[in-house]
Amino acid sequence: MGGLSLTEKVMIGTALLGGMSGVVGSFAVLRGRSLVGDMLAHAALPGICLAFMLLQTKSLLGLSLGALASGLVAIAAVTLIVRWTRTKEDAAIGIVLSTFFGLGVVVLSVIQRSGGGGSKSGLDSYLFGDPGNMLTGDLVLLAIVGGLVLLMVVLLFKEFKIVCFDNEFAQSQGWPTLRLDLLMMASLAVVTIVGLPIVGVILMTAMIILPAATARFWTNRLHHMLWLAGAFGVAAGFLGTRVGQGLPAGAKIVLTAAAFFVVSLLFAPERGIVAQLLVEYRLRKRIAREHLLRALYELSETTLPNLEPLAVQSIRDYRHWRSLDHLLQEASERGEIVQSGDTVELTPLGLRRAAKLTKAHRLWEMYMVRHVGIAADHVDRGADDVEHLLPEALLIELEQKLASEGRLPHVIEDVPSSPHHLDTDASPRQGGG
Amino acid sequence: MSAVAFEIHDMTVAYQRRPVLWDIDFTVPEGNLVGIVGPNGAGKSTLIKAALGLVPLASGKVEIHGKSYDEQRHLVGYVPQRESVDWDFPVTVRDVVLMGTYGRLGWFRRPGKAEKEIANRCLEQVGMAAFAKRQIRQLSGGQQQRVFLARALAQDAQLYFLDEPFAGVDAATEAAIFELLQTLRSGGKTVLVVHHDLQTVRDYFDYVVLLNMRLVACGPVDSTFTTENLQQTYGGRLTILDEAAEAMRQRDV
Repeated sequence: MGGLSLTEKVMIGTALLGGMSGVVGSFAVLRGRSLVGDMLAHAALPGICLAFMLLQTKSLLGLSLGALASGLVAIAAVTLIVRWTRTKEDAAIGIVLSTFFGLGVVVLSVIQRSGGGGSKSGLDSYLFGDPGNMLTGDLVLLAIVGGLVLLMVVLLFKEFKIVCFDNEFAQSQGWPTLRLDLLMMASLAVVTIVGLPIVGVILMTAMIILPAATARFWTNRLHHMLWLAGAFGVAAGFLGTRVGQGLPAGAKIVLTAAAFFVVSLLFAPERGIVAQLLVEYRLRKRIAREHLLRALYELSETTLPNLEPLAVQSIRDYRHWRSLDHLLQEASERGEIVQSGDTVELTPLGLRRAAKLTKAHRLWEMYMVRHVGIAADHVDRGADDVEHLLPEALLIELEQKLASEGRLPHVIEDVPSSPHHLDTDASPRQGGG
Repeated sequence: MSAVAFEIHDMTVAYQRRPVLWDIDFTVPEGNLVGIVGPNGAGKSTLIKAALGLVPLASGKVEIHGKSYDEQRHLVGYVPQRESVDWDFPVTVRDVVLMGTYGRLGWFRRPGKAEKEIANRCLEQVGMAAFAKRQIRQLSGGQQQRVFLARALAQDAQLYFLDEPFAGVDAATEAAIFELLQTLRSGGKTVLVVHHDLQTVRDYFDYVVLLNMRLVACGPVDSTFTTENLQQTYGGRLTILDEAAEAMRQRDV
């Protein structure tokens, strides 16, 4: 390993850090503990400075132990504040985080004033991060921590999963949820602390949260999310150290991770903003189409089974439309209506679809009003799935009720010229259609 | 008389020095569907959580088939309230159901083929087999509830605790849950259900526990679910009392 150049060491080291931050960060984010990493990072500063004053060395291990110690004190402080006062957890974290950080800055300036310039530069790297002076020993430490994290997650994947998803259920099965939670927190703490000299106290939290949050956009499976978060972290560490020569490395790594996040936020399938806008657009279009068909059915209802041309103006007056002309054009392209001059006529296909939609709509309306108790004018759900949501017996009851009011649309299964749909006038007594 | 499935002795539970359940003491015979009924804040959910060891007891003890919960954990299935988890968690429906088998699997072992078959069978039982590979976020409230039921079935227990399974579900799910309860009972299982709809108590349960921070009454529905007992349970809360009276009147005609 001694044969590696400094650049290579830096690249491998930051990639390792990114990978393990992504994995432990995933559990922290899913457990709603992302701020704990932030607190640990900030609270580490006074510990690092005090360890330096006591030990008079800049060895990563010594300073990390100091960081761990003050991190644990900070966690204890938050726990006590939440337990014994009415302060909420987020407020308590904010208080402890900034208090410890303030203390750290004060101690740091004391060291800088009393000590020589050489010792000062080493501690400064903890503020904003500086992977530039990575030693082989540091790399070994990172590799060991990374290996342990990976081993732990592989062994305890199922246990962590159940604790993160449903803590109480896990406890009822006898899992020691408190200890598993502590183990997740501890791994978060260790990764945060070994990452401090690389990306710095202020930016470390981004390394914990960003790869995990990015990965969440791309998958709905936990194990895929862990792999992806690790991969995003590795890529951020690797690329972040390469781009923009001469700029601070910690910031570059975090900005690379943030770039991944923004791209995912916009373009991820299903959860990305673009995909969601597309879904909404399609939904609006579907609703507009259903409104049109229903309006046409209701306007034709009095003359059924005969279909007569409807004046476009009467449709326009029937309800509020956003762009009726466009809707009509689309409907005639689908073969649901025939448009000639100022009149519109439903085709057999259009009538069938319109009757089906109207029936589903009225069943919903009836169900909502009779069985759920919602004011009638709030009922407007374009749900064809009414048949799947309600039990059959209830459906039949609703259909009979509609039929007795003469409002049950007859969904024609054959072509409308068939004598079938004359039944509507003959007898209003149909059951399940 | 059948064996005792579940027994609570002089149990008191307190949250931060304020007691929420006082001196609860009752037994439930095996093979019954038991409704736990009482007003909001009566400690219904707390009773279940205390029985499962999720909240510490200030005093008293809980026994499951004659032994402590710690020894009998494997005999118990649990359906928590639907709102208690994040339904955007990155798992599929089958992943959730598989969690029911984790207790049996023990440390480090992952669910294998046998467990997956169990999960599929349990999903079938609640009519959700077609949803096995869906992400849980895409489910409706009623479907979420059925997934939780399937998870409890996968625990393959003797005694089940259900916390408000009928809350906010569609009619089809309500019917499915009711059917499932019947199946469990005919299989000799005991089921305790936190329930808030007084109208359906007589239809769903054969045993009832009336609770309002203390035990008001416990016994077979016919002899225990009476107007006097309900008045004691809901005393002072007029609207609910009216509802109870209405429920009773409907039964009497």
